[in-house]
Amino acid sequence: MKAESFSFAADDWRAGIFAALKQQGVQQMAYVPDAGHASLINACHGDGDINCTVLTTEEEGVALLAGAELGGQRGVMLMQSSGVGNCVNMFSLLKSCGFPFVTLVTMRGEWGEFNPWQVPMGQATEETFKRSGFVVYRADTGEDAAAMTGSAMRLAYDSTCPVAVLLSQRLIGAKDF
Amino acid sequence: MIGRRDAIAEVLKDRPDNLLVISGLGSPTYDVAAAGDVAQNFYLWGAMGGAASMGLGLALARPDARVLVITGDGEMLMGLGSLATLGAKAPANLAILVIDNEAFGETGGQTSHTGKTTNLAAVALACGFKQVATAHKQADLVSVKQLILEDAGPVLGVIKTGSDELPRVLPERDGHIIRNTFKTALKNQQNGESK
Repeated sequence: MKAESFSFAADDWRAGIFAALKQQGVQQMAYVPDAGHASLINACHGDGDINCTVLTTEEEGVALLAGAELGGQRGVMLMQSSGVGNCVNMFSLLKSCGFPFVTLVTMRGEWGEFNPWQVPMGQATEETFKRSGFVVYRADTGEDAAAMTGSAMRLAYDSTCPVAVLLSQRLIGAKDF
Repeated sequence: MIGRRDAIAEVLKDRPDNLLVISGLGSPTYDVAAAGDVAQNFYLWGAMGGAASMGLGLALARPDARVLVITGDGEMLMGLGSLATLGAKAPANLAILVIDNEAFGETGGQTSHTGKTTNLAAVALACGFKQVATAHKQADLVSVKQLILEDAGPVLGVIKTGSDELPRVLPERDGHIIRNTFKTALKNQQNGESK
């Protein structure tokens, strides 16, 4: 696999997340794009040791990373909060079989949101994860985001549970139109 | 009309050592178990719409293995978008086999979309699958078996079958046990190969 070059902007805190994913040996990354994840997605695509899969809907990623784990690889899913609801029944695969799972979620609908359609799922995201059996971390700073990503990977793959890291809209910055 | 259970038994007869099978919930799980309850089978009992995606993750993680997802038309229809994902990702070691009875067999036999207008093989081809094949009669099974076990993927086979209800063959239902059994088998296989 040929690695393409990618470098984060000097002030981009996602570099810390990427370093944590690499340190934890992530080999598969699945995603539904979000602007808040854009540089991280590019960094993964530019890494010769991370196999990236773009999904049509987030629930595919839950099953995909369960399959990866069956085959002995660690993975991570990147999505935005609006995609969490799409996954709910597929989360039963994690619980029923004891699959480790990590997702990093960019939050919408919670901080200076411009689009009212983002608010219902954004406000329900944390509760949805908790009811589905996830451990939930919430990052409000770039430093937290990196530390929580590493911790989430360890918790998931060493203690076999699903973990979600919510990247707050205050951290990402509300979208301007 | 092709009998589904005999067809799956034929497809999995003398299965290669490197073949890993994921079965979609409902009758495909019973059919796969009936053909031989081996550790290299991962039986889904839920997660409807996820079988093909799970196969993709496994195929990417294990390029040395051949991954075969055996599922029903209803399960495949629920994950129709995953055919686009598979086509775009194009893993050479992944095959999908749809047992297509054109009905939701577990829930009373209601006609599914494949019994109306949808052609899953044509959908897969349009998503970028390398090859597809449909078996309408017994004699077609040979070429479908060749396609899903040997040809470069992603490939998709369809077996058109009847909607007769067969006795259920129920394999392990505890997902933790299914996962551990499957992973242990993979580990033992790898250890065996490195000796």
